[in-house]
Amino acid sequence: MNVEVTPLPGIGTRQDFMIRAGRRMGVITYRDGRFELIISKEEDADACSASIALTPAEAGTLASLLGAPGLVAHLEHQHKDVAGITTRQFPIVPGSRYDGETLAATELRTRTGASVVAVVRSGNAHPSPRPDFVFEGGDLVVVVGTSEGLASTADVLGGG
Amino acid sequence: MHNTAISLIQLGAIFFGLGVLGRLAWKIGISPIPLYLIGGLAFGEGGLVPLHGIEEFTHIASEIGVILLLLLLGLEYSASELMTGLKRSWTAGVVDIVLNATPGAVVGLLLGWGPVGALAMAGVTYISSSGIIAKVLGDLGRLGNRETPVILSVLVFEDLAMALYLPILTTVLAGVSFVSGLTAVGISLAAITVVLVVALKYGRYVSAVVDSPDPEVFLLKVLGAALLVAGIASQLQVSAAVGAFLLGIAISGSTAENATRMLEPLRDLFAAMFFVVFGLNTEPSSIPPVLALALGLAAVTTVTKVMTGAWAAKRQGIGPMGRARAGAALVARGEFSIVIASLTVASGAVDGELAALATAYVLLMAVFGPVAARVVEPVARMVQKRGAVTASA
Repeated sequence: MNVEVTPLPGIGTRQDFMIRAGRRMGVITYRDGRFELIISKEEDADACSASIALTPAEAGTLASLLGAPGLVAHLEHQHKDVAGITTRQFPIVPGSRYDGETLAATELRTRTGASVVAVVRSGNAHPSPRPDFVFEGGDLVVVVGTSEGLASTADVLGGG
Repeated sequence: MHNTAISLIQLGAIFFGLGVLGRLAWKIGISPIPLYLIGGLAFGEGGLVPLHGIEEFTHIASEIGVILLLLLLGLEYSASELMTGLKRSWTAGVVDIVLNATPGAVVGLLLGWGPVGALAMAGVTYISSSGIIAKVLGDLGRLGNRETPVILSVLVFEDLAMALYLPILTTVLAGVSFVSGLTAVGISLAAITVVLVVALKYGRYVSAVVDSPDPEVFLLKVLGAALLVAGIASQLQVSAAVGAFLLGIAISGSTAENATRMLEPLRDLFAAMFFVVFGLNTEPSSIPPVLALALGLAAVTTVTKVMTGAWAAKRQGIGPMGRARAGAALVARGEFSIVIASLTVASGAVDGELAALATAYVLLMAVFGPVAARVVEPVARMVQKRGAVTASA
């Protein structure tokens, strides 16, 4: 990706790039460490339709939210060489059967043969969760297994 | 009542009144500078409520105000930013000078203020207000726009031009002989060169001298250094303001950031005092006679600034709407026009009418600049549409 870095004298730096939709997207980093997320207007790529001030913590959270699929892809890549084994992610729907339950309560390993390798929560990955790990609504559960195992995992985590 | 008590009450009333005015100004989306000037006019000789007995304090406070204005301006830039800004924008900078200094110079000559008055007026109409423009760009969420670096680099060029212009102006105003005038200009040019070189190569040592982990010690050192340098500079016939500006450039990195953060409220306080004092020293009744002239000058220099910004933006490949925005953003004049006028009037070398004209001009431009930046998009769209209609008809 071709990120354009533009110094803003007296203010900081703007880093942005064109996305396929024809808009510019990027970040202004102020000298004092504040961030601003910028998105250009649809009809006028020179102007910004939004410039959203973010605290460092907020910027970090947004970055890891966007980074989560990258993490899953990375795991998938790791298991690619093993024939017949795939990685998938399953959401824990808020208020569903296992929202607030432990990993052990799903008995996933026993029932499907698939295993949980990570849970992504609010952008943060929790690798190799222990059996006492408590799920929350909105978690993304990353599971490795055979395609049959993953199909039954979908049944377990989706329905109960 | 005791004299000190009266002075305190007057000062308190002024500061409190300025606070209320400042809040009102930003609320309705204009710069507080014109309101401060009007406040000064109201409390000065011939105004609504003339105040006496605080001249000594207000005079020195306004001097400190100018020093802090330029020190913080210098702190905003690192020497390398200035150099790259200069390389990138010198053509736009030259266009800026030619288009915007000329109207002022012409008016100065027409009014019979001679070459000195023309030089001063040229500065008044040339220099945009970086303070107002930076604030307006931030408020309108345009810092991420593509034309913004163009605007900023024009401002950087103007600020550097000020570093050259102010010592030349003070020398000319002092009315010294040609040779000693040249010497003073030579000294200031040499000083600027030395400071830029020192700042580029040894900026961290300058920063280290003033830096301190203790906020109190740090504030005292920075402020002390600024006043010392400014005082020495003015003793050398280089303006005090330029000394402070150069010190600001030499301080860099995190030291500069901390200094900016600490000095900003102090600058706002003393700079407000500077505008009030300028207003205080201007006879309110002198404004109406020059108002028509100021309006004309305002109209012409609005057009020339818009042309400057649009031209600079076009050179960087910015679209028509962005060019219009860049032009309109540069319109605001403010603090430095008043700094120039104040230096000129203080020297007594030029007719006092200049103060009246400069005041009226800045009153108009400091109000109109932010408004122009705000309304440029709908106006440009209307013009575009009308153009399209005429073209198709």
